[in-house]
Amino acid sequence: MSAAAAMPAAARRSRRKAMRLYGRLACALVVTALFLFPIYWLFMIAFKTPEEIFASPPVWYPASLQLGNFEVLFKDGDAVTVWNSLFVATTSTVLAMFFGTIAAYSLARFRTGGENLALWIISQRMIPPIAIVFPLFLLYVFLGWVDTFHGLILLYTAFNLPYVIWMMRGYIEDVPLELEESALVDGCSRWETLIKVVFPMVRNGLFATAVFTFVFAWNDFIFALIMTRNEVTTYPVQVTHYFGAQSNFWAKIAAMSVLGTVPIFVAVAFLQRYLVRGISLGAVKG
Amino acid sequence: MARLKLSGIEKFYGAVHAVRGVDLDIAQGEFAVLVGPSGCGKSTLLRCIAGLEEVDAGSIEIGEREVNDMRPRDRDIAMVFQNYALYPYMSVFDNIAFGLRARKTPKPEIERRVRDAAEMLDILPLLERLPRQLSGGQRQRVAIGRAIVRQAQVFLFDEPLSNLDAQLRDEMRTEIKRLHQEIGQTMVYVTHDQIEAMTLADRIVLLRDGLIEQQGAPLDLFEQPATRFVARFLGSPPITFIPARLERDGGALAVRCAEDAVLPLPSERHGKLDPYANRNVLLGLRPEHVTGVSHGTGGRGGLVRLSVVIDLLQPTGSRLYGAFRVAETEVLAELQAHDVERPGDRIEVQIDMNRAILVDPQSERVI
Repeated sequence: MSAAAAMPAAARRSRRKAMRLYGRLACALVVTALFLFPIYWLFMIAFKTPEEIFASPPVWYPASLQLGNFEVLFKDGDAVTVWNSLFVATTSTVLAMFFGTIAAYSLARFRTGGENLALWIISQRMIPPIAIVFPLFLLYVFLGWVDTFHGLILLYTAFNLPYVIWMMRGYIEDVPLELEESALVDGCSRWETLIKVVFPMVRNGLFATAVFTFVFAWNDFIFALIMTRNEVTTYPVQVTHYFGAQSNFWAKIAAMSVLGTVPIFVAVAFLQRYLVRGISLGAVKG
Repeated sequence: MARLKLSGIEKFYGAVHAVRGVDLDIAQGEFAVLVGPSGCGKSTLLRCIAGLEEVDAGSIEIGEREVNDMRPRDRDIAMVFQNYALYPYMSVFDNIAFGLRARKTPKPEIERRVRDAAEMLDILPLLERLPRQLSGGQRQRVAIGRAIVRQAQVFLFDEPLSNLDAQLRDEMRTEIKRLHQEIGQTMVYVTHDQIEAMTLADRIVLLRDGLIEQQGAPLDLFEQPATRFVARFLGSPPITFIPARLERDGGALAVRCAEDAVLPLPSERHGKLDPYANRNVLLGLRPEHVTGVSHGTGGRGGLVRLSVVIDLLQPTGSRLYGAFRVAETEVLAELQAHDVERPGDRIEVQIDMNRAILVDPQSERVI
């Protein structure tokens, strides 16, 4: 008689349940490690000395956390590109969210442009950036907007607007019309209704959309590469400068990437609560 | 408090003519109920009064002001919506105070008025809660509270009870009636429920296809409907119409439904009905027009006895409805509990021909 057979059924069941749980945990751990390792490696390179970076066999963690790589970035003024990115991404997000949300309100509530305008707007977002970047560049040269903050901000705002309008329209349509009508009767103007009733109701969607808009502007490479020179270089463009013909500056690449990743971590951590709800809300809406 | 006057209101939704020239004059402090089947334009009319829809023609006056071109907030109205329309992220107190704050009422005044309203509606202990922590009935009270703190000129109710279950609806109906008696404001109430209309209204305005079919005191509409539609809409269980013929028999008039169902009319009705003699009519009988013989006020004029076979019984507790057939049409009689023992019994009923309603089948008007 085996040991398992000797156990009472209830105990067997609970043991099987525990095994399943451990199995699941193990799987989760493996997957997490798989996804986290490249990020871990990136961070470690940023803190390593040159010898440690190129050591073979590889050094899994630096002997001490070196800040030298970051010091160089700040001394050379390369780190300012992170600030440029932050400024451009934040400003364009605020602008796109503001204009996008009121445009979405108009589409949702006043049926502006009938059935098709909304679809036309989102279709604008589907154009591959590379297809429009050249004519845009010529336009920017003509306007003298190349390598300027306002040029880049305007570009990101324009490119993100369709997305914001599309997302916010969905969220706003989900707000029961009666809530707004009740506010209108109770003494609010349209604007007050928007601020006091609609915004609180779509708060989660508002944050979720803003995060995605910000991340798009933050991560953009193609527009920044072509529309900027030396004045407003953003951090993704700056990182490419470290890939040389003869050698790559791994330490700088890693340190810069760390600087570029941290704001996203902060934003997501801060807004996680709204983000999850906002995304799932959109998911149900379809 | 104000009088509300509508003249020649028209409203189109694209090609749909939703309201077709409605004139209505609601007196100060009156409780008017707009009632009708769905799609009759009652809600549209209410929304036009609120300013949530623009009218295409006609004028709306509240008090002495024409409000056609005013925004909803300038019309000095308060409105209660079907789905309560409470702000889910605000406490009950904030919900009730919303309109007062929007109008920049001083703080102590808000505090006082919200508490007064909450006390009147018996929701004082709920002020700190969020709407999702309330039951349906409590939410509706909050919604009503939000309207009454405003102390507006006119109160509008858009099917406020239709989301509540039957028992709660009875309760809230009483509550609203009491509220009207207490605050005495002009109220316009939309419903498709004829019982709500009958119990609440000082005046029922019955709408059909964007027009007023008939308006008046509830009992007047019930007892003296102008058309077949009105007769059929009010009353539960509803009235039954039997195709019949108005016959002159010597000097008297009688309604012939079938060979064995000739119902003589009382002489008081002859004068009015004489022009319709020897023509087809519809005989409308409400259940309360047909009663058991033993409990009737026997001997009074106009009560006609008829022997019928009851084929279906519907006990409601307080009464018993028995269905029988007259000339292929099923008619309900309002009987007492033990008038009939089982379906298939033959009994005598008496039909009150004083109150029976006769309709001209061509015009569908009551004659």
